Amino acid sequence: MTASPSTLTMFRWMVRRDLILAWRRRADVLSTVFFFVIVVSLFPLSIGPETQLLRSIAPGVVWVAALLASMLSLGRLFANDYQDGTLEQMLLTPQPLYLIVLAKVLASWLVAGVPLALIAPVLGVQFGLSQDTLLILTVSLMLGTPVLSLIGSIGAALTLGLRGGGVLIAILVLPLYIPVLVFGAGAVDASIIGVSPQANLSLLGAVLAIALVFSPWATSAALRISLE
Amino acid sequence: MLQAENLECVRGDRRLFSNLNFVLRPGEFLQLTGPNGSGKTSLLRMICGLLAPSRGEIRWEGANIHSLREEYSTVISYLGHRTAIKDELSGLENLRVSSALDGTEIRDTAARDILRTMGLGGRELLPVRLLSEGQKRRVALARLAVCNTRLWLLDEVLSSLDLTAVALVLSLIEDHLGNGGMAVVSTHQEINLSAGSFQRLELAS
Repeated sequence: MTASPSTLTMFRWMVRRDLILAWRRRADVLSTVFFFVIVVSLFPLSIGPETQLLRSIAPGVVWVAALLASMLSLGRLFANDYQDGTLEQMLLTPQPLYLIVLAKVLASWLVAGVPLALIAPVLGVQFGLSQDTLLILTVSLMLGTPVLSLIGSIGAALTLGLRGGGVLIAILVLPLYIPVLVFGAGAVDASIIGVSPQANLSLLGAVLAIALVFSPWATSAALRISLE
Repeated sequence: MLQAENLECVRGDRRLFSNLNFVLRPGEFLQLTGPNGSGKTSLLRMICGLLAPSRGEIRWEGANIHSLREEYSTVISYLGHRTAIKDELSGLENLRVSSALDGTEIRDTAARDILRTMGLGGRELLPVRLLSEGQKRRVALARLAVCNTRLWLLDEVLSSLDLTAVALVLSLIEDHLGNGGMAVVSTHQEINLSAGSFQRLELAS
């Protein structure tokens, strides 16, 4: 796989195209963020002002909410391109499908993952988290949400064109999210009890590196099967 | 040179065609006709490599297209029923994105010129969803003016086009054939080309 100028052009344009499309359909993006905000906020509202309890459940709650919110946008990742024939064209271009998938996942992370990481510290205040912990929360989400997008893209590609694909994606993908959940929530937990979160963050980074290499490849294979 | 040998297509439990052979040389045009459901789209998808034939093989310059893979992709341009046009993007954005996907970056001004020759002058910046069906198809066809592939595979591209647009597309095809290109086009319309040599393949129902 060589990065020729035409490949770079393609990569830039694919990311740009998906960002323009996301901007023109911003309701979709906003609904993901809004879902995340609401789900996270329901917990302090229902449990009441018990700081100790809130503080101990915060990592799990925020991370589970991030997992569910990122599921919401998965169905759309390839569905529109599949319906209007763009996906066929992507398979027929001389460009490596691996990079096309990577460009699409990057764009989807920028609009669905990054906003979650950026808004999480604001929500964390409701749980009485300290400033250091809020920082770790953001860092862990910044490392973890790209993994969610990458792994999710495999599920989205596998369920392409199936009826009831939404539920199927959840069943396929949520078990694969578990390592991210464990290390992500673990890092925040460690920071709350005053231990260094570095081990968990490193593991999260390792998961990201593995996902970055393998999942676009798996997604490409799944897309080829779906379009057969 | 494109060769199809002994092709057979089975969709579900129906055999659409079998024992299909043809050869397409540079400068040649192949029109696919036949009733609905006779396998025109399936045949075109086979020639693209999107669908594997149940029997037989398709060869490009003597090599099976499935063994050529990405090398073969640089040779073909496929335009199907589903035109790969995004409703939310403007004609200009659609054209620039689709040619970037083909690996050629075209400048804003060049893209505008092409859209103008396709009869979309003044509508370059409108979201495509505001255009008529025929105009959308013109946006999709504008891609042919940019690409420099040798084999064009066009599926029912002339439907919903008016007479001037049909003439425009035919002149694009004539230029393409004149430069040694090849085209396989499925359409029910009568086609009269002034350049290239013409073949017709009729698929039976």
